[in-house]
Amino acid sequence: MPNDTNSKHPAPNQTPLALLLYLLLGIVFGIVLVKSEVLSWFRIQEMFRFESPRMYEIIASAVCVAAASVALIKWLHIPTITGEPIVIRPRTLGNGVRYLVGGSIFGVGWALTGACPGPLFALVGAGTTVMIAAIVSALAGTWAYGLARTAVPELMQRLSSEPAETESQG
Amino acid sequence: MTLFTSSPWPWYIAGPLIGLFVPALLVLGNAVFGVSSSLRHTCAAVLPNTSKYLDYDWKNRGLWNLLFVSGILIGGFLAVHWSAPHDIAISAATRADLVRLGIHDFSGLAPREIFQWSALFSVRGFVCVVVGGFLVGFGTAYAGGCTSGHAISGLANLQLPSLIAVIGFFAGGLLATFLLLPLLR
Repeated sequence: MPNDTNSKHPAPNQTPLALLLYLLLGIVFGIVLVKSEVLSWFRIQEMFRFESPRMYEIIASAVCVAAASVALIKWLHIPTITGEPIVIRPRTLGNGVRYLVGGSIFGVGWALTGACPGPLFALVGAGTTVMIAAIVSALAGTWAYGLARTAVPELMQRLSSEPAETESQG
Repeated sequence: MTLFTSSPWPWYIAGPLIGLFVPALLVLGNAVFGVSSSLRHTCAAVLPNTSKYLDYDWKNRGLWNLLFVSGILIGGFLAVHWSAPHDIAISAATRADLVRLGIHDFSGLAPREIFQWSALFSVRGFVCVVVGGFLVGFGTAYAGGCTSGHAISGLANLQLPSLIAVIGFFAGGLLATFLLLPLLR
């Protein structure tokens, strides 16, 4: 796979048991998105208007817990449940344009829909079915990005500053 | 179970819980917490070979992610059906701001005046759902991640590119909040 998402990163564990556990983790995450209200357009508006610390407290505490966990994993060389070493590939900075411009484009979409990708799926489950249209549109956006990179490879290469071979997405 | 039935969960429960998905997915099998890659994997599955970007083995790299995302949908359903419906208790200031933007229905998770099928035919509904969705898909593909991949996973791994992306998220979000939404009222 010359154009795989990343040849250096180990393929994720995808045994049937692991796949079942990813599904279960997803269910728990969906519940957390609803019970924390971070999937609410109202909460996102409150955040962007700086009228409540709630979203910032949630994001900051999530990052702190995740960072402490990652540090612990690296420090103690904790392996996966199947005994594989855990590898977290660093991001390639390049000229940084893709992160700032791509991030800003996503930010506009985040404020308009009031939902990032996770909440879009949770909202459909929660009954806001019109978000199916937003998901289809998001798929079109991702597809269009692939087309744009093919159509104007030199421009996108310069703006992406990262060769396709090492392209990764979180 | 009072924790499960009460809404919303306080930030110091919700935030750390979200953070724990990063080590949980890593320990389960070197999976990096991030949702937007599911969009890419779905495109690669449905529209393969339409671009080099989508020409890769999505099953090998992304099946786990698609199951995780399916779980999110199920979780959203379960959480709503197991708890009593309630309004999102946003601050009075936000409520006043949104009334000024022409929003009057504060029941539910998102304003029904914008987020229902029939509203797709209004300019505001179309821009918020269809245009907004497109920008979410294009922007996350371009930036290589979304809130989970950059703001949580990336920042937790102390990645400068993710910090730049998060600054972009807020630049774009503030622009849409203070310049675009007032135009759509």
